[in-house]
Amino acid sequence: MERDQVIDSWPYRAHRALRAAEVRHVSYVPDAGHATLIDLCISDPSVATTVLTTEEEGVAISTGAWLGGMRSVILMQSSGVGNCINMLSLPVQTRSPLLMLVTMRGEWDEFNPWQVPMGQATPAALEAIGVTVVRAEAEDEIVASIAQATTMAFEADQQIAVLIGQRAIGAKTW
Amino acid sequence: MVSEHSRDRLDRRKVVAQLLAERGDALVVSGLGSSTYDVHAAGDVDANYYLWGAMGGAALVGLGIALAQPSKRLLVITGDGEQLMALGGLATIAVARPKNLDIIVLDNESFGETGMQASHTASGVDLAAVAAAAGFAATGIASTIDDVARLASELQQHGEGPRLFVIKLKADSPPRSMPNRDAVFVKNRFRSYLGLGPC
Repeated sequence: MERDQVIDSWPYRAHRALRAAEVRHVSYVPDAGHATLIDLCISDPSVATTVLTTEEEGVAISTGAWLGGMRSVILMQSSGVGNCINMLSLPVQTRSPLLMLVTMRGEWDEFNPWQVPMGQATPAALEAIGVTVVRAEAEDEIVASIAQATTMAFEADQQIAVLIGQRAIGAKTW
Repeated sequence: MVSEHSRDRLDRRKVVAQLLAERGDALVVSGLGSSTYDVHAAGDVDANYYLWGAMGGAALVGLGIALAQPSKRLLVITGDGEQLMALGGLATIAVARPKNLDIIVLDNESFGETGMQASHTASGVDLAAVAAAAGFAATGIASTIDDVARLASELQQHGEGPRLFVIKLKADSPPRSMPNRDAVFVKNRFRSYLGLGPC
């Protein structure tokens, strides 16, 4: 890709949207779909990053960060949503901002059947525990979905998951 | 009920009261169950954040606050069962390497809220050794009142990185001392203490 195309790609624009929303911390369990955004956050001196062993840690860190006055976002793959469920009672019950950016597996052109159960269960599992789900099914919806979710999370004290569709980012290739 | 093996062990309420008497301006997060009651019993102050759930989350909530407030010391007081649920979190904290986060594990080798079933530490799992292996800057096990006095003094200075200390306790259940259960109220009270608004 040409340089202009790269910096206009969704991870670059998402990174700029998170910066504009004064997000100062990002935690993650890596996913191929998040690889560029993770790299951008790691190389950004205004954003601290924390690599997690399991996604629920990010939910607790994010709630703690808000208690201390810092905006934190969690990046994960849909399989990680299942790891978070009980810990999500923390931001839900404390009514603390939560923003999860979830790259989807198991829903579109998926070759790995092991990804399908949690991918299919992701929206229902999030809604069952009280997290609001926003879906971005096309590439041009991703950044707008993230940008508005920063407002809902950090200005309106909501718990939001933006599900970045496998159709939007493309199936994993090997 | 006090089990035979722990008859001479430390009393949790006295230990927590001693640690918190010397807390200075430290922020405190307590893990669900007895640790929350112990912290509340030592004095209900705005700089306390009590967890009533989210098992496995105490040390990581502490990490989030510690990252957001690097000039403040952050003391997490939690139980062996609560910390055992977040062994991976010890790796995450070690890698994040905050210099203002200390974890105190009140280790009665039991799941106290649910009927005193033996926890993994009763069978030899050593949380201080796990933290040391993960890369914590300092770790240790306190089992006497003199150990606790030294620990309280050591905690008054920032570490070189995260620290974790296990305090071996008598396995008993003192009367519950219950803080407010309204999670939004406690959140806003804590944030207000730091000069932050409610939303």
